[in-house]
Amino acid sequence: MASAVARAPRAPGRRAGAPPRRLPYLLIAPAGLLMLGFIAYPVISVFYYSLRNYNVTKPWRDGFAGFDNFVRIFTDDPQFWTTLGFSARWVVVQVSLQLALGLVLALLVNQTFVGRGVARAMVFSPWAVSGVLTTTIWMLLYNPSTGISRYLADAGIGSYGTSVLSDTGTVFWAAVLAELWRGVPFFAILILADLQSVPKELYEAASVDGAGRARQFLHITLPHLRDAIVLATLLRGVWEFNNVDLLYTLTGGGPAGVTTTLPLYVANTGIEGHDFGYASALTTVAFVILLFCSILYLRLSKFGGDSK
Amino acid sequence: MTAALAEKDSVAAPPPATGAPAPPGRGTRTRRFRRERAFDDVPRWQIYLPLTLYLLFTLVPFYWMLLFALRPAGSTALVPWPLTGEHFGKVWHERSFGMFFQNSMTVGVATLVMTTGIALAGGYALARFEFRIKNAFMLALLCSQFIPGALMLVPLFEIFRNLQLINSLGSVIIAETVFQLPLSIILISGFIKNVPVSLEEAAWVDGCSRFRAFCAVVLPLLRPGLIAVGSFAFVHSWNHFLFALMFLSEQDKQTIPVGLNTLIGADSVDLGALAAGGVIAAVPVVIVFAFIQKWLITGFSAGAVKG
Repeated sequence: MASAVARAPRAPGRRAGAPPRRLPYLLIAPAGLLMLGFIAYPVISVFYYSLRNYNVTKPWRDGFAGFDNFVRIFTDDPQFWTTLGFSARWVVVQVSLQLALGLVLALLVNQTFVGRGVARAMVFSPWAVSGVLTTTIWMLLYNPSTGISRYLADAGIGSYGTSVLSDTGTVFWAAVLAELWRGVPFFAILILADLQSVPKELYEAASVDGAGRARQFLHITLPHLRDAIVLATLLRGVWEFNNVDLLYTLTGGGPAGVTTTLPLYVANTGIEGHDFGYASALTTVAFVILLFCSILYLRLSKFGGDSK
Repeated sequence: MTAALAEKDSVAAPPPATGAPAPPGRGTRTRRFRRERAFDDVPRWQIYLPLTLYLLFTLVPFYWMLLFALRPAGSTALVPWPLTGEHFGKVWHERSFGMFFQNSMTVGVATLVMTTGIALAGGYALARFEFRIKNAFMLALLCSQFIPGALMLVPLFEIFRNLQLINSLGSVIIAETVFQLPLSIILISGFIKNVPVSLEEAAWVDGCSRFRAFCAVVLPLLRPGLIAVGSFAFVHSWNHFLFALMFLSEQDKQTIPVGLNTLIGADSVDLGALAAGGVIAAVPVVIVFAFIQKWLITGFSAGAVKG
């Protein structure tokens, strides 16, 4: 207290004058410098390397390559197109299923019922689980000799030794199911949070007018949730596109490369193939595609438009 | 939506206004009452049936992991009995999960401290000051959300090699912090905005410096926000796999997800050890999650995310 009294004379000047001019810059400096060094600089260097032949195992070829890498991507790299196609399919399937299930789940646990708190904690829990742990768990479930399929076969469903992860016909949906398990809670949490802000009077007014639950959902709940849904699907779409943990550990991009996403292909090219130049060009192309799709999505969904 | 709303209101308004004779008035009121109850009372089975199905989908995988971790090797019982700790002892000592656990903890706690500290400073600047590059900084924070960490691996590897940080936990801590910062700053500045400036000003009048006023007045009110941001940082860095895989090649520096990946990729997978490793990986995040769960909904619905 004594020191506070002693400093009192300085207070009026601070109160009356403008806020210290340099302070905000000092405060954002640590974050700003870290982001410049470890986000902005890597991004720029990716653009730079994309224009070069840069392969640490072939230093004699090192040099400026112009747009050669990009020409190769679009004209002479079937793997780029197959991995891009798989990425698109993966993102669309994941985001739409996660949204649909997350929405249903949020509406369910938004009701009042006995045991709601426990039910919420349990259905949201996979949200905190990592991609590698998801793989661990689903490897145990999918294991052909000791997994679920063995017990199903005991009960007369399916056959013994079914290995969903090594069959090119089933591996996609097996991976989708594992990722859904972990991904649905994200949507459920965000949508549930947004449901808290729907004014209760709207539902009362609607039910007075005789609107059933389906119509209330379509005309009150969904419009209210629209911005949250657009934002959540966009963030999730970008995240699902970029995320490699689950597929890298669960399928390793296989069998026969059928579950290789574009980022997985980039990582293989750059890290295992040591072809940094070409990997950088692939990264640049992936960037542009993501950016273009994001802007297009925000435009088409009229994000932040008339509602609210 | 506003149009539909107005229409609803205008339709809803007349009945009470007209007043009307007593019997019909009472009639509409009871009917209305019944309908409101009908809205609230979703039939129980319509809640419990789908919820039970979804809970099975969520919990069976967890149970399956516990089952493999706790029952003796070779057992096919569906109940983990007799209980055994053999798998835990094996992964903890033979497969170095004890060391991985320590490394993961170091990374998680260091990321938590750095992220929260730096984000507090940045968030305070955004919440309380107007300055020239503020909008540019905000834009950079938002744009960085679209930058894939996985695609940044190659240049980041080069940077850390130049800084002599490859095979040091420092590289992973820095990388996790950097990618965690943008969202944390946005969240914290939202929480600080919710604290009235007048509280701080009162402390200044009492002679507190800006820093002391912040510590004494603002910080205690930020506790829920700090817990949320800190737990996000911890859980993310605890879970994250790729940076640790790429930047730490020496075995004694690796983290739990990398250790799990090694078990998964082994020539003959030891399922009991794998399951026990999974349980070790899950315990800290499950504890953190149980701790923050109730703040998750309120924290998001406070509008912190939507700014």
